[in-house]
Amino acid sequence: MQAALRPSADPPTIGALFAGFFSIGICGFGGVLPWARRMIVEQRAWLTAAEFTDLLALCQFLPGPNIINLSVALGSRFRGPRGALAAFFGLLSAPMAIILLLGVIYERYSGLPGVRPMFAGLAAAASGLVLSTALKIAAPLRHNLRDVLLALASWAAIVLLHVPLVLAMLVLAPLGILLAARSHR
Amino acid sequence: MSELPALAWLYAQLSLVAVGGGNTVLPEMQRQIVNVHGWMTGQEFAALYALAQAAPGPNMLVSALVGWRVAGLPGALIATGSFCAPSSLLSYVVSGAWFRFRDARWRRVVQAGLTPVTVGLVMAGATMLTEATSVDWRFAALTLAVTLVLTLTRLSPLVVLAAGAALGASGLL
Repeated sequence: MQAALRPSADPPTIGALFAGFFSIGICGFGGVLPWARRMIVEQRAWLTAAEFTDLLALCQFLPGPNIINLSVALGSRFRGPRGALAAFFGLLSAPMAIILLLGVIYERYSGLPGVRPMFAGLAAAASGLVLSTALKIAAPLRHNLRDVLLALASWAAIVLLHVPLVLAMLVLAPLGILLAARSHR
Repeated sequence: MSELPALAWLYAQLSLVAVGGGNTVLPEMQRQIVNVHGWMTGQEFAALYALAQAAPGPNMLVSALVGWRVAGLPGALIATGSFCAPSSLLSYVVSGAWFRFRDARWRRVVQAGLTPVTVGLVMAGATMLTEATSVDWRFAALTLAVTLVLTLTRLSPLVVLAAGAALGASGLL
């Protein structure tokens, strides 16, 4: 479906790719995906909503951080290797600098009274954020017993049995695909 | 800097098994960093993760903080680079081919089979993070409250994280 991509307009330039992903990087508080969709589909119209969903499916299917995969895939489709690099560094340069600055501040002041409790509170709240995100991702699966059992199995393998992730994936991923293939028949 | 090769190897591995996004490897990252390498305690890891959540940008930048903590700026760059490079190369190679198979049955089957597994892994990451940050029942209650608020309302995560930090700083917890 290469031809369906931006049929009427020129592909974005290297500079536009960097700038677009830079804007995602600095906005993306608490998860970048909603911001990525806003920039790519609504603001700059680089992709239609359907194309974006399709590209996202690929980036979730591939290993690695989804949003980084998305920047590489989109950059390379528009401008080849240089486009991929522009999108990648656009996305990561500002957040990387900011987070290291926060790290320096944390290390310097974590000895002060009140700072450690503050970070303990922040960490507990962040756990809640991760839990609620996990619940939102899990919610669509609840109608399918097979999916629920598979999700429970992978949860238990890590949390209760402390199986190394690679081993768990090697067993559970083929099992999941096998079960899905049988029910899709 | 004997930690640099260890960091690079750890994050390159995590990059390639992070099916379903960065959060699926959170338990493994925590296990390796805290239990296998002993670079920090579980609570320190959780604090770094919280920092990464509170900062803008992708949450996977916790790799930068971990690397920085273990081996300074080179560690931060090595850890983040190793976490991104293998999966990015794969994305670069595969993304061209993917669209040719968009309607292929095997693609939908693979996706349907992987989704529940990755959901379980994300849940596992959330569970282990919560175990680390629940120092006592009050912090556990805060986590529960935040979970409910963010699941049931459309309040900005940033507001809720700031409230958690303020509650901690106030000494009420």
